[in-house]
Amino acid sequence: MPRRTDLRSILILGAGPIVIGQACEFDYSGVQACRALRAEGYRVVLVNSNPATIMTDPETADAVYIEPIEWETVARILERERVDAVLPTMGGQTALNCALELGRRGVLDRLGVQLLGASVDAIDKAEDRQRFAEVMASIGLSVPEARFCRAIAEAEAAAAELGFPAIVRPSFTLGGTGGGIARDLEELREIAGRGLAASPIGQILVEESVLGWKEFEMEVIRDRADQCVIVCAIENLDPMGVHTGDSITVAPALTLSDRELQRMRDASFAVIRAIGVETGGSNVQFAVDPASGRMVVIEMNPRVSRSSALASKATGFPIAKVAARLAVGYTLDELANEITGVTPASFEPALDYVVVKAPRFAFEKFRGDPGRLGTQMKSVGEVMAIGRTFQEALQKALRGLEIGAAGLGPRGAALDDEALAREIERPGPERIFAVAEAFRRGWSIDVVHALSRIDPFFLDQIAELLEVEASLAGTKVEALDASTLRRLKRLGFADRRLAELCGAREADVRARRHALGVRPVFLRVDTCAAEFVSQTPYLYSSYEEACEARPSARDKVMILGSGPNRIGQGIEFDYCCVHAAMALRAAEVETIMVNCNPETVSTDYDTADRLYFEPLTLEDVLEVIAVERPRGVIVQLGGQTPLRLARGLEAAGVTILGTSPEAIDLAEDRGRFQALLARLGLRQPENAAARTPEEAEAMASTIGYPLVVRPSYVLGGLAMEIVRTPAELSAALGAAFAASESEPVLLDRYLQGAIEVDVDALADGDDVVIGGVIEHVEQAGVHSGDSASVLPPFSLSPAIQAELRRQTAALARALGVVGLCNVQFAIQGGEIFVLEVNPRAARTVPFVAKATGVALAGIAARVMAGATLRGLGVTEERPPAMTSVKEVVLPFRKFTGVDNLLGPEMKSTGEVMGSGESFAEAYAKAQLGAGVRLPLEGSVALWVPEEEAPALVAVADHLRLLGFRVIASEATAAALRGIGYPVDVLGDRLELDGVTMALAAGREAQPLRRAALARGVPCYTTIPGLAAGARAIQRMREGPLPPRSLVEVQGGVVVDADARART
Amino acid sequence: MQSPERRPRGPGLLALADGSIFRGVAVGAAGRARGEVVFNTAMTGYQEVLSDPSYHQQIVTFTAAHVGVYGLSGEDDESRGLQVAGVVVRDLPRRGSSWRSCEPLDVGLARRGVVAIAGVDTRRLTHWLRDRGAQAGCVAAGDEARDEEACVAFARGFAGLAGADLAVAVSRREPSTWSAGTPRWIADLEAAPAGAVDARVVVVDFGVKESILRLLVDRGLRVTVVPATASAAEILALAPDGVVLSNGPGDPAAVTAAIDAARALATARVAGEALPIFGICLGHQILCLALGAATVKMKFGHHGANHPVRELESGRVWITSQNHGFAVDPATLPASLRPSHVSLFDGSLQGVVHAERPIRTFQGHPEAGPGPHDAAALFDRFAADVARVAAARAEGRR
Ligand SMILES: Nc1ncnc2c1ncn2[C@@H]1O[C@H](COP(=O)(O)OP(=O)(O)O)[C@@H](O)[C@H]1O
Ligand SMILES: Nc1ncnc2c1ncn2[C@@H]1O[C@H](COP(=O)(O)OP(=O)(O)O)[C@@H](O)[C@H]1O
Ligand SMILES: [Mg+2]
Ligand SMILES: [Mg+2]
Repeated sequence: MPRRTDLRSILILGAGPIVIGQACEFDYSGVQACRALRAEGYRVVLVNSNPATIMTDPETADAVYIEPIEWETVARILERERVDAVLPTMGGQTALNCALELGRRGVLDRLGVQLLGASVDAIDKAEDRQRFAEVMASIGLSVPEARFCRAIAEAEAAAAELGFPAIVRPSFTLGGTGGGIARDLEELREIAGRGLAASPIGQILVEESVLGWKEFEMEVIRDRADQCVIVCAIENLDPMGVHTGDSITVAPALTLSDRELQRMRDASFAVIRAIGVETGGSNVQFAVDPASGRMVVIEMNPRVSRSSALASKATGFPIAKVAARLAVGYTLDELANEITGVTPASFEPALDYVVVKAPRFAFEKFRGDPGRLGTQMKSVGEVMAIGRTFQEALQKALRGLEIGAAGLGPRGAALDDEALAREIERPGPERIFAVAEAFRRGWSIDVVHALSRIDPFFLDQIAELLEVEASLAGTKVEALDASTLRRLKRLGFADRRLAELCGAREADVRARRHALGVRPVFLRVDTCAAEFVSQTPYLYSSYEEACEARPSARDKVMILGSGPNRIGQGIEFDYCCVHAAMALRAAEVETIMVNCNPETVSTDYDTADRLYFEPLTLEDVLEVIAVERPRGVIVQLGGQTPLRLARGLEAAGVTILGTSPEAIDLAEDRGRFQALLARLGLRQPENAAARTPEEAEAMASTIGYPLVVRPSYVLGGLAMEIVRTPAELSAALGAAFAASESEPVLLDRYLQGAIEVDVDALADGDDVVIGGVIEHVEQAGVHSGDSASVLPPFSLSPAIQAELRRQTAALARALGVVGLCNVQFAIQGGEIFVLEVNPRAARTVPFVAKATGVALAGIAARVMAGATLRGLGVTEERPPAMTSVKEVVLPFRKFTGVDNLLGPEMKSTGEVMGSGESFAEAYAKAQLGAGVRLPLEGSVALWVPEEEAPALVAVADHLRLLGFRVIASEATAAALRGIGYPVDVLGDRLELDGVTMALAAGREAQPLRRAALARGVPCYTTIPGLAAGARAIQRMREGPLPPRSLVEVQGGVVVDADARART
Repeated sequence: MQSPERRPRGPGLLALADGSIFRGVAVGAAGRARGEVVFNTAMTGYQEVLSDPSYHQQIVTFTAAHVGVYGLSGEDDESRGLQVAGVVVRDLPRRGSSWRSCEPLDVGLARRGVVAIAGVDTRRLTHWLRDRGAQAGCVAAGDEARDEEACVAFARGFAGLAGADLAVAVSRREPSTWSAGTPRWIADLEAAPAGAVDARVVVVDFGVKESILRLLVDRGLRVTVVPATASAAEILALAPDGVVLSNGPGDPAAVTAAIDAARALATARVAGEALPIFGICLGHQILCLALGAATVKMKFGHHGANHPVRELESGRVWITSQNHGFAVDPATLPASLRPSHVSLFDGSLQGVVHAERPIRTFQGHPEAGPGPHDAAALFDRFAADVARVAAARAEGRR
């Protein structure tokens, strides 16, 4: 069937901000969908609130709306753009929910807009667990026994019937939020209580446990001729009970016989047909009893998902691209397998390698959380590795995680046997290392299996690696011969791990290996196990016999990606790398991407000319370079990951393009940087470096309180604290010295109440052009990555802004920046302080690019590759046409026992952008995009530290003017009374006081934060935040917020729908 | 389920007739064996492949990374015993695991005398075969693997499959009945058996896979299996309501007696109705040859479980299991046969239907074992044809 001709304009919904459980995989799928549909000649309209995405680039769709993914906004856009159909299956749960809402509210019917891919009913059948269970029963498939409960007593009765452990799942929450595993009555009461509160309809499911069963995911595609294929079967190494997103997973499924796999395949097709997903990709999850083969269905996602992104990368089959084209009427056999170019998309990929995905966690940021894995996803990122065997892929994945592990190196060595057993039984983020440690201690497979329920096949594979490690004890590197080394490398051992085992340096192992000619080859991910020739340079390394890289002789540049997402280094950097690839390709420079994050656009095989799916370690990158011989390497766009490699690469004779590693060092070395600032006449907060707690206390009294305390050389403000008294200081020093590892602890005078500003700039060695000056809403002390940011500044005088520009340019010149540079300032009492300089792309780059229309990252890449700013026509800052606000989203709901207070340590996972004619309008949209529904009336509860009370007066006045009642905690009310500003006192039940919004700043205000969070009441934690909220509310009361396309935001010409209709 | 102890793995070697050498380690029986080297891209189902008589005199290279993970089960053999000449894999894990496993793969290979080697760069080997075509090879394990030249020479001594009538070698010698269906635990998801028709089918065993027999039984048919050498008269004497020409190894053109029998069956009538015939793989080729078509040897054949095949009448695409090194040349089809299925990988002919009679064939493996079940509907159609004949026969008797 050819594509549908009855549609002209299709709206694609994105997934919004990055949150745990919904990350940049939806940018990858969304971009594929947009491009595929545009290529088919449809007019594509995109809505996504996340500016750090490639999909919200002006080139990706015909009209881009960086607007909240919320039914009312989307309804306005549907109307304005005269859309014929909505494709809701590319934007995760967010998009599905929005589509459901548009359906329920009658918007789709009223506007005559169709849903493509999945109907409202199909989505509902898959999402509503009760209906899902009924449908499964009707096709003869089992699901775990379950009871729906609306009260704790009902849950208790259900658990009594089904037995412990019992699985609790709240209805209609995202990513298992609020659920858990109850092992006894007490846990059940607690989790059920939490779950009932979390569920918007006050309902939970108490379910029979299948903990310890094998877990599988099937990636299914169906076309409108009812033809189905399985793209990939993914097996979880961590059995049922650890969310698939937190599990180490393996593709293809390895421990299923053909009979079992085909049974699961048949069942998957039955599920997609019964649920009624007409076209596109779905994911069906199964559990299999390892003792009997009994199979149950766990859930199905009627859309592309995290696992379908993984499956796409693992197989070379671009699920989203294909799904998008199926949605407009094609059938699988009408589409080509682009990797081979000669076969159709109606086939099932055959893999002759093993793919391992490993999750990356961030528990260190959420102290207080017990740090155990369960049915609720907690990881913030992942790596994928490809090897010819499971062992090779596993070791590559572990070193790709960048958690300091070069393989299965000792971690948890300090645990006694009992603690080790517990770690294996009740997994935390490092269970795999605990398993390795158990084997190191000589525990049997049976013992470890009984504890972990991990399949003995996987356990033995790990045990074998540990045996090999043990056999290396006492071996000298010089004693390794070529065949031994080759065998070790074939098992996936990193040079660094071998060095650890042989008591040598990584460089020694590498030198020995190279001397013996033991080098990897590069093999192609070809979808067909070599049955057909692959034209696509999508490669991975292995120690085999024939290299398939076939590098070109063109002028080429290598771009190093940013590895697994983590808090502080996420999609923004992938965005930058992708832009570099696009810009250089356009300039006819061949681009080579190296990255290991399967969620990203950068690891799409057609983003760069050539893709190497490899861990970002010195060893792996050097081997790619040895084969490709690029002119140079770009390290400044992928965040800290590639930057960390710069020195080693340079030492190995590799040319680093752009700012020199020397300059990068200069910006990071405290002493040298201080000297530089002094030379330029710029100011820094007073500071000192202490080697001992005693020294720190002495220095503190000279600088004076409050102080910022932080360890050296850590990222994203880890273990950074603000202390106000000597007692707080000594409390903080313990953690700081621990994290510092023999490096000094740094003390800075805390610039209280200072305004923080980010400035991004481009430089080519001669000229410096400012990208944007971004003012933060929250005061300095809230990590720049957690603040709402505004472009252009909303409170800074032109003089101050000019001075910030001057200082930025001076710093960029002094550092010899070629490419991008970011300076963070704090302004206190009109005085400017430099907080830090990052001679690399910053998190803010995509936001600035979206707000101003200047593609900073691409320009930077061109400059690094030799162009001049003038040559590129980039000569001056482009002032934004509207005001844009970037707001963050925080993952506190996923972590229990953690206070959701903002501080100098970054905790947000993602961001949204809102734009408008005024700050108030932009901020209001950003809040809505971040999921905060600001109230238009009611009471506002205030609770701040005593010394901040005076600063409340202005915002309290504003709120009263808007008709809100202002009430405060006892202490805050007393403080306000003390300065002659009486307010009512807040009672102990928010609803009794009609509280619709809260401000809870400082540690003491935690009860108010908790109460607000539990009731879904918007809660600010800073006074500037609340003040901005008040301005937004004022704007919202004036009328609806008009959606604005990116072209309008960037000050371009708007073509209206009517003009288009006429042409 | 662990191999009793880690075998001291001797050297392993694959020598091709063109002189190229692939090294590995011994994992099965020691010794050497020769045959045609082919690669199979299925990711699961090694037991079914190893026990499939169609692989007689072939050395099978699995492209899958790990082979042996779930051991060998008591339910998955496609015939009595392992049939391949030798096995080449990238990795055979020392410990597998499965609730159904009763023996580790390497132990089973050694016990049944199959020479097997692991640790081979099977991807390079696959490229080699893809580019140069399937060819003779010698797989050697243990001491014999030390003498490369002898192995190459041994490989060169292999007569090749062209012109080889191997069906007779692997076929049953005596007729027998078959009554086992698909194991219960798996059947619960498959198509429900057709209503109980009292019908008998005769399966001509050219090296039949037991999955074929099981799927026939699942559909309520009484199954008699006869040797490859059975004449049309012998078959018709069993009063069948339908005949299945099975899969099997070797060159179809060499199975001349069976071609003659097929020609006679293709004109046979039962109770006034044309006799339904279902040809699978070699059976498909034999039937086409019988009615006047010609077959050709393919470069490296089709061996895998992911091949898209279009059914021409409905336009639908099935993902199918495939295993053949010869193919029917569609240009030579007689007027009585219409192409019914084509491969979307290379456009090759994948099945025919007779213009007037209930005669259908399929080049791939609708019985799966291993592979997807997409083409299983062909069994339903055959069963329906058979039921019609059986009904006519019952009518006649009354
Ligand atoms: N009945 C159960 N017994 C044990 N573990 C379960 C059960 N149901 C789900 N899980 C675990 O919880 C995880 C999340 O459940 P799932 O239904 O897939 O929710 P989500 O929508 O978050 O993906 C699964 O990956 C699985 O490991
Ligand atoms: N002296 C200071 N006074 C006030 N706030 C500070 C000071 N130093 C750092 N901060 C706050 O801490 C945050 C993190 O510090 P920064 O040096 O930027 O670390 P990172 O490298 O993690 O970005 C800043 O964004 C700022 O809000
Ligand atoms: Mg799930
Ligand atoms: Mg910073």
